[in-house]
Amino acid sequence: MAEPLLTIDRLVKRFGGLTATDHLSLEVMPGEVHAVIGPNGAGKTTLIAQIAGELRADAGEIRFAGEDITRLPAPARSHRGLARSFQVTSLFADMTVEDNVALAVQAHDGHSFRFLADARRDARLRDPARAVLARVGLAERGQVRAAALSHGEQRQLEIALALATRPRLLLLDEPMAGMGAEESARMIERLRGIKSQVTIVLVEHDMDAVFALADRITVLVYGRAIATGRPDEIRRNAQVREAYLGDEQAAS
Amino acid sequence: MKSLDARGWTALALILLLVAVPPLARTFDQNFYLLLFTRVVIMTTAAISLNLILGYGGMVSFGHAMYVGIGAYAVGISSFHGLNDGWAQMALAMAVAAVAALAIGAMSLRTKGVYFIMITLAFAQMIYFVAVGLSRYGGDDGLTVKRRSDFGLFGLKDPAVLYYVALAVMLAALWLSWRMVNSRFGLVLRGAKSNDRRMAAIGFATYRYRLAGFVVAGTMCAVAGVLLANFSDFVSPATMHWTRSGDLIVMVVLGGMGSLFGPLFGTVAFLLLEEVLSGITEAWQIIFGPLLLALVLYARGGIDGLLAKRTERGDG
Amino acid sequence: MDLILILEQTLNGVQLGMLLFLLTAGLTLVFGIMDLVNLAHGSLYMMGAYFFATFTRLTGSFLLGAVLALVATLILGIVVEIVALRRLYARDHLDHVLGTFGLILFFNEAARLVWGPAGMSIPLPPYLARAIEILPGVPYSAYKASIIVVGLAVAGFLYWLVGRTRIGMLIRAGASNREMVGALGVNIRLLFTLVFGLGAALAGLAGVMDAPIRTVQIGMGENILILAFVVVVIGGIGSIRGAFVASILVGLIDVMGRAFLPELLKLFMTPIAASTAAPAISSMLIYVAMAGVLVFRPEGLFPARGG
Repeated sequence: MAEPLLTIDRLVKRFGGLTATDHLSLEVMPGEVHAVIGPNGAGKTTLIAQIAGELRADAGEIRFAGEDITRLPAPARSHRGLARSFQVTSLFADMTVEDNVALAVQAHDGHSFRFLADARRDARLRDPARAVLARVGLAERGQVRAAALSHGEQRQLEIALALATRPRLLLLDEPMAGMGAEESARMIERLRGIKSQVTIVLVEHDMDAVFALADRITVLVYGRAIATGRPDEIRRNAQVREAYLGDEQAAS
Repeated sequence: MKSLDARGWTALALILLLVAVPPLARTFDQNFYLLLFTRVVIMTTAAISLNLILGYGGMVSFGHAMYVGIGAYAVGISSFHGLNDGWAQMALAMAVAAVAALAIGAMSLRTKGVYFIMITLAFAQMIYFVAVGLSRYGGDDGLTVKRRSDFGLFGLKDPAVLYYVALAVMLAALWLSWRMVNSRFGLVLRGAKSNDRRMAAIGFATYRYRLAGFVVAGTMCAVAGVLLANFSDFVSPATMHWTRSGDLIVMVVLGGMGSLFGPLFGTVAFLLLEEVLSGITEAWQIIFGPLLLALVLYARGGIDGLLAKRTERGDG
Repeated sequence: MDLILILEQTLNGVQLGMLLFLLTAGLTLVFGIMDLVNLAHGSLYMMGAYFFATFTRLTGSFLLGAVLALVATLILGIVVEIVALRRLYARDHLDHVLGTFGLILFFNEAARLVWGPAGMSIPLPPYLARAIEILPGVPYSAYKASIIVVGLAVAGFLYWLVGRTRIGMLIRAGASNREMVGALGVNIRLLFTLVFGLGAALAGLAGVMDAPIRTVQIGMGENILILAFVVVVIGGIGSIRGAFVASILVGLIDVMGRAFLPELLKLFMTPIAASTAAPAISSMLIYVAMAGVLVFRPEGLFPARGG
């Protein structure tokens, strides 16, 4: 059995009286797409923020590739190979699409105390940036300001920014948020293309996407993992159906 | 090379005009304009330096006049002690400004938003009071610079020479700022302004870059101070009064934040407006104050924004 | 050292602290609730002092003049809020800074036009100009003592208003959740106007009480405004309690530094060097204190909100 790439061990995060993450343990194996699902308020986004290093956990441990990263700040985690996308699109709105991605490439290409050379003509940044844009289907849109993109394109750029850091583990926080059915289907295809190259933790409400992409699924309720397993196991799990999936199944 | 747009043309015309100021002033025997534009050119350098951190980096530093003051006092104090070598004075000014900016930036950049505004203002006020307390160097009344800086190859005694030196410095600052905002470093500054959270997520610890920007801006601004002391033959704490810092912010915003030529447009507009309004009434600030409020409320992009809009309309 | 002198300077420090508190309370309330950085807060203080000078001369009464000046500053504050500042709430801090910087220029120039460039002084009435014995054998200015009393009374009033009343509850809720307050059917615009008016009146009160001690002049608001900023940074933005503690702290450091630093420096330096260095160093003290707080508690001593 291979070592897990990411191990979360009895993680706790409290906000005042509310326990958003409640002794949560989770393992992500190399190469898998591990979906995290759960009803609203289950603490999915809080979990992503703790893995990415934006929120400091109150207790517990996060190990990534064998290293304890619980106390590392977000930029340091990025350099160890963790990348995230945001549920609410978070781009450099006033820069061009290519500048957005090139900046993410630049973050992983040594220090940035270079004051005079034109970064926009720097092939070391621009070539990888264009390659990433091609992968997410934005090759034609490089010179457009990020703010001028359509919602669906912004969601693609959101993922491109994460991919440009060449992560070993990609944390996707609701990549389909706000997308129509057709756009979602296209996004699922794109993610299918990406999944062979990088391990993914996928937080998503869209169950079609989850069951289409996930190798394993963890179900979160009130900050606790109530079940982990292969999609068919989760589908059959009585506890999960009761807590979460039940009404969705009935509806479909 | 792309063809020039409206702001490019305006900037080019303005720079050509600036080059022609001394002969024009001499021809029409209007020495007053040479002096006015010397001030414009010097303050533009200061505004360019502020634009680096305010316009591109989003750091609302309310203490930038402090660096003008540090540069001016470097000249005043060294000349008081008989040192008139311009290069040494320049080096002293830049070194002191860099150290001050490093110390103040290191503390204030740990905080955000309104704290940053208040802290930069407070530290600048502290330096202001230190200057007031320097009774040996004139305290509140300031200090006359008896001899202008001597740069070996040239001195600054001749007003036209001083003007061209100041103009060359301004153009150099403009060039440097152009290179910098398009460099890797500049893009990090802009990214930190645009979305610092995302910067952290993609792997940038932006603090050290913002601090470096803060130091570069302060150091560049001190050069303007060196020139200003030579221009007015006088240094006093008034140079770094907090309202002067406010003026610098106005120049940058009036011209258009985060645009290359914005500080030039803004400084020209600000100082000419001051000249014109004070010609109408001594109480010109009673007009200028509300004008400023109106600028904030209705013309956020500044002059550069207006010119850019014109271009877009022309293209569309 | 002379014990009575130390006591007297301590009281002077507390007295300066009380003035700073009046100024800072309004500043921090307005910032905490409307998220507005108001540089022109110092102008309201200055206008309060000028109004006071005018009204005492007109009425011939110190107290009546003070009351009228307070009312005038309150009205001025409300007018400024409605005409200008209300439009700035939704903008960023840079816009606040620029817009209110414009207001300062306007008020300074307006004051110069109306009252002239020369300063004005306000004589104290006999019952306040004398010294009282606050402890047996320790005389102290009755007027400065009254400033301390008024400052404490205002602090108590604000504590009660913000902590114990329905309006205070709305104020606290408005700071954290505007929509919620709006949903309760409270007119949030009116609430904001009233809060700003309250802040203006407090600034006016500071100006009124400070006026007899120093000369009423153009630009008097700005130096003290920056002191108030230092207080806010030390105390923590949006916290009345922090403003109170930090005000007294800053008042004490400033007054004690100016009073005793020259003597203290003479222990280490030649008298000439000490008397040259003392003014520069003592004026730095409060900023050094601010830097110290920043290093150890970047959010101030009493952070009002988390995050």
